[in-house]
Amino acid sequence: MAVDKKTWIVDPLTPWQETTIGGIIPTGGNAKYYITGGWRANRPVFHADKCKDCRLCFPVCPDSSIVLKDGKMAGIDYDHCKGCGVCCNVCPFGALEYVEGGQAE
Amino acid sequence: MAKKDKLSGNEAVAIAMRQINPGVVAAFPITPSTEVPQYFASFVNDGLVDTEFVPVESEHSAMSASIAASAAGARAMTATSSNGLALMYEMLYIAASSRTPVIMSCVNRTISGPLNIHNDHSDSMGARDAGWIQVYGETNQEAYDNLLIGTRVAEDPSVMLPFMNCYDGFITSHSVENIELMEDDEVKAFVGDYNPQYALLKSPVAYGPFAHHTYHYETKRHQAEGMKNAKAALVKYYAEFEKITGRHYDLFETYKLDDAELAIVVIGSTAGTAKYTVDRLREKGVKAGLLKIRVFRPFPKEEIAKALKDVKAVAVMDKTCSLNDAGAPLFLEVRSALYDLETRPYLVNYIYGLGGRDVKTSDIESVYRDLADIVKAGRADDVYRYLGLAEE
Amino acid sequence: MSNMLEIRWHGRGGQGAKTASLLLAEAAFDTGKYVQGFPEYGPERMGAPITAYNRISDDPITVHSNIYEPDYVVVVDESLLDVVDVAAGAKETGAIIINSEKAPDAFQAQLKGYKGRVYTIDARKISMETLGRYFPNTPMLAAIVKVTGVLDDETFIEAMDKSFNHKFKTKPAVIAPNMEAVKMALKEVKG
Repeated sequence: MAVDKKTWIVDPLTPWQETTIGGIIPTGGNAKYYITGGWRANRPVFHADKCKDCRLCFPVCPDSSIVLKDGKMAGIDYDHCKGCGVCCNVCPFGALEYVEGGQAE
Repeated sequence: MAKKDKLSGNEAVAIAMRQINPGVVAAFPITPSTEVPQYFASFVNDGLVDTEFVPVESEHSAMSASIAASAAGARAMTATSSNGLALMYEMLYIAASSRTPVIMSCVNRTISGPLNIHNDHSDSMGARDAGWIQVYGETNQEAYDNLLIGTRVAEDPSVMLPFMNCYDGFITSHSVENIELMEDDEVKAFVGDYNPQYALLKSPVAYGPFAHHTYHYETKRHQAEGMKNAKAALVKYYAEFEKITGRHYDLFETYKLDDAELAIVVIGSTAGTAKYTVDRLREKGVKAGLLKIRVFRPFPKEEIAKALKDVKAVAVMDKTCSLNDAGAPLFLEVRSALYDLETRPYLVNYIYGLGGRDVKTSDIESVYRDLADIVKAGRADDVYRYLGLAEE
Repeated sequence: MSNMLEIRWHGRGGQGAKTASLLLAEAAFDTGKYVQGFPEYGPERMGAPITAYNRISDDPITVHSNIYEPDYVVVVDESLLDVVDVAAGAKETGAIIINSEKAPDAFQAQLKGYKGRVYTIDARKISMETLGRYFPNTPMLAAIVKVTGVLDDETFIEAMDKSFNHKFKTKPAVIAPNMEAVKMALKEVKG
């Protein structure tokens, strides 16, 4: 129950003396330290063999969880993917499959 | 070197703003505060300030723009009255909880209805628990000085809370009186630049994030500490201000209170009328005194209790009514502050001056007469009273 | 505060009674006095009766109420005498000054037994002769200064010159006629 001064993640029930003034988040880009993958009920599964690297999935992901490497689709960031399934819906090639269960294999 | 002048309260406050040269002023006109942004807009037009002046479309927007500007790292100021303050209500809390030290002059006017443009304190008293520091001025001089000092207090790192500079509509805002202004460079040296620890334009930072029940309570407690710290900050900057100007201020002002048996507690311009009355009564041998509240938020409860402990009977004057059948805000707070005393004075509440009902010296005299009767009778019946009301 | 002078102005919206009270405050301030100048605000319209006030003192002034027992009363529009009790509370040691071409004793009945001094000044005539338009406030201001003696003529003329030069910076042509109105009014108060 404290504030991590490197990531600026403030734990729930951090004592008021240690919490940030005005409840502000005094840094940028610390969302990556906050693991939202646990919120996932269902999940997308990536089939690299069907992928044409059209990258339509990338801009629609609300959680920046489509991982690109050298401009090519490389998979899903399950630490942050909330399992909304939007990527599966836009994929024209069936390379992203929406499956039951949140736990990544 | 001080400059002697004669100015209305609004003009004096606009001059204080010019001397501070804030980054942003966002305001919407409403009587009787309109002149503040009006004078200030002419300073902008004449190139006397570097301020970004934002003529917004409502008071809600005025406060929103001020909060955003403050979060961005600018010193932000505005002014309003009455229903304008009411329209800001939602954003007042956001300013305080975001710890954005917005500086606002609240030119006190009654909240409608019935529709009325005149002075009482129902506007700012309605916002008393929004988390703003509230300081009330008696004169043009105080309205000017309170704005300068308030800016320091609000921005003190131990405080970081918005500041409301309250003064009486028309009586103070539109009346021309003598005043002593500081030189521009003196103000510049006293108030200084605004350098917040966190600012949107300085480094990445998020203002106003959602705070779950696991965060909200601690954040409010942190805010309460800022308000507590404001008391020490006020005292500190009052002392610093006195060194420059020679004008002495404290959390409240006492007038002939030391040996007083009968006292009134009052806010704003009426305190001046009451001082005149106290002098007349003293000439007649009546041991009258008064305590003028300057700082209402934070409320200096221990100090007030100490100042009133030896008085026999006290009348607390509220220029607002709570419509709660219990007592108006100042009365309830003073009464609560005195609770821990071993011996307490008799305490009664007078509602007065609503919607601009003029307060005469004879009205104040009648209050002291009532207090003398209470002491003589040995009891205070009917603690919730109305002064200057037409009744059967 | 026995040296405090309290003045009440009665005018009609648009006649400049408020401005006159502020100008008087300014002129008195220039001689080192403590001053107050304030109008009683209401839902004012052109022509509606309005009230403005002055307090002038050698000591700081703390009272912030309206004035109920004025030393002096200035009536900027004589038709107000039928509508407003201008003599209400007026101290008999002081005076009432009325803008009228009539002589002071013509107002006995309307002043309801007021026993103080009464002065008149024809502000319309002075204004028309000097400014060519009807602005009664400048002559009335000069009249109250003359009657109260709160400033001597020379100091007052100096203060007004400074004030008009500031106020009419963009309309310098009206400065001289206004000064003329001041000087003429100082001479033409009838008591």
